[in-house]
Amino acid sequence: MRISRAIVSALVVLTLAACGSDSQPAAESNEIKVGLLHSLSGTMAISEVTVRDAELLAIEEINKSGGVLGKKLVPVVEDGASDWPTFAEKATKLIRQDKVATVFGGWTSASRKAMLPVFERYKALLWYPVQYEGLESSPYIFYTGATTNQQIIPGLDYLKEQGKKKLFLVGSDYVFPRTANKIIKAYAAANGMEILGEEYTPLGHTEYSTLVNKVMGAKPDAVFNTLNGDSNVAFFKQLKSAGATAESMPVLSVSIAEEEVTGIGVDNIAGHPVAWNYYQTTDTPANEAFVKAFKAKYGANKVTSDPMEAGYNAVYLWAEAVKKAGTTEVEAVKKAAPGIALERPEGLVTIDGENQHMYKTARIGIIQPDGLIKQVWDSGEPIKPDPYLKGYPWAAGLAAS
Amino acid sequence: MSAFVNQLPIGLSIGAVLLLIALGLTFTFGQMGVINMAHGEFIMAGAYTAFLLQDMVLALPAAFVVAGLMGLALERAAIRHFYGRPLDTLLLTWGVSLVLQQLARDLFGAPNVQVPAPSWLSGGVGILPYNRLFIMGLAIAGVVAVWVYLNRTGLGRRTQAVVQNRQLAATSGIDAGRVDMLTFFIGSGLAGVAGVALTLIGPVGPALGTYYIVDAFLVVVAGGLGQLRGAVLAAVGLGLLNSYAEFWSDASLAKVIVFAVIIAFLQVRPQGMFVLRSRVLT
Repeated sequence: MRISRAIVSALVVLTLAACGSDSQPAAESNEIKVGLLHSLSGTMAISEVTVRDAELLAIEEINKSGGVLGKKLVPVVEDGASDWPTFAEKATKLIRQDKVATVFGGWTSASRKAMLPVFERYKALLWYPVQYEGLESSPYIFYTGATTNQQIIPGLDYLKEQGKKKLFLVGSDYVFPRTANKIIKAYAAANGMEILGEEYTPLGHTEYSTLVNKVMGAKPDAVFNTLNGDSNVAFFKQLKSAGATAESMPVLSVSIAEEEVTGIGVDNIAGHPVAWNYYQTTDTPANEAFVKAFKAKYGANKVTSDPMEAGYNAVYLWAEAVKKAGTTEVEAVKKAAPGIALERPEGLVTIDGENQHMYKTARIGIIQPDGLIKQVWDSGEPIKPDPYLKGYPWAAGLAAS
Repeated sequence: MSAFVNQLPIGLSIGAVLLLIALGLTFTFGQMGVINMAHGEFIMAGAYTAFLLQDMVLALPAAFVVAGLMGLALERAAIRHFYGRPLDTLLLTWGVSLVLQQLARDLFGAPNVQVPAPSWLSGGVGILPYNRLFIMGLAIAGVVAVWVYLNRTGLGRRTQAVVQNRQLAATSGIDAGRVDMLTFFIGSGLAGVAGVALTLIGPVGPALGTYYIVDAFLVVVAGGLGQLRGAVLAAVGLGLLNSYAEFWSDASLAKVIVFAVIIAFLQVRPQGMFVLRSRVLT
């Protein structure tokens, strides 16, 4: 009885508190609220928590150097709980109730697709920090991760350069791998490469012996891997024990970064290539500072990865746009953003005015025995983002389908 | 063609994994009728024990004790108050499984951890790597041990007596409560052993248990409650079915086919392959 009364009164207090913050005028405060919306629980927490950490670091650094427009940034952190409707709900809460100036958030394409109508409806800003399958360009989303022509196509260029002609495609069964593989098949057809097989497994799948048998039986020159999450651990363990080696059959992955290598086991994945725009080892002054600051804040054993760096950049890019606009008002920030160019850990990053993606340098790296990734190839200069692959004749028809 | 032939040992090895994760459930679910959704988290506890010890051989007995004690604690603290209320038990243990997952996340961090495979397990015979053979051997050893325990020891016979008629067993002087504790300890301990073996082939993280729990229940239900030989046959059958279904289609469709076959099978034999004839269950 007493417990239920306590719960009721707690609820009343919470409701009042919620109403209170709703009616608070945002303007006179000396702070700017920004929303961070990632999965802090559930299956995606493993990846998204690290991006939130990187974003918090950026906010802290910006505040230390005087904030934005003389105001301190105050993060409002919400948990998307690896559940797509929750992302939409929390996005609404951040915009309507907390009245945040912008939101940094999301990881999976499903979460982004769930949030997109919310941001378009309320004309609010979302900064999305992860590489994705392209074919999207919302006026209310800035995409700070790679689109396909900055990651997947450079990955294929690399395999082609290495003389790999026969590919086997392995992916998790959802939108990103299926779209990526459509692009890969179109690329292969135009470049004289052969696709020996295309296999999908449900998210969280752990039994790969049959698939490994199929791959080994097909004898491809290389495997293009779009598996996501824990499945990668099972796949690489079982591939290794079936006798496959990185020399005879490299597996190029686009969802495995420094964070994931430890869990897979360096022994199982060392020597295999990955495609990203940033590695912890990327040699720039900005990256040296980033890695140092991240380790100082979160621990010397922590690693930095591409999505973390993209989340870290997102905060700086938004802050720069706000400074240029002189206000946090969404339309003014959107107008100020195009052309903003910053030296980031991955090198020069420029906001494209047309599609709100970033110019980014593509990099292929090889996983080292120490768990870090060594760059072996890069695109030389930042690649113009092309989410609809308009600049690639062989991709005609992909965007339409 | 050789890939097709290869699917036979692959199917058997999938069956061995299924058997290993289901073996503990044949105790807690099969013998006692407790729907323990936290069984997967006992598997996880076994895997993390291997991570802490960084030694597979040492980890096998250690994980048995760790997971067994966790099961014992759960049975004493909560489940025993819910005997005869299967739906409440299901919700209770589901909640416990979420708590244990979050606990693992807080203790060991959200990212997966790595358990080094012993060097003597690298390599293989034909299509089967040594680590798969090791799992098959472990599954067989587990089945033999369980069979000997149930049929050749006094404790095991008392367990069977309690399962077949609780009141009568109690009036014959068997302490039914102690039998429950022991059964839960062994069932959970076996989950821990499975967890150690799974570190060889799969991820070791907080969500580990969720990947295996449904398959474990499938085996026990298809095999017939409380039936060791049913669990063995069901595990091998499902392993082979899975292996060939995935070979001819893909992983997603193979899951659908396996479920469809099980549902069809349970229409014909609602109590699984083998039926335990007892007054309690009928």
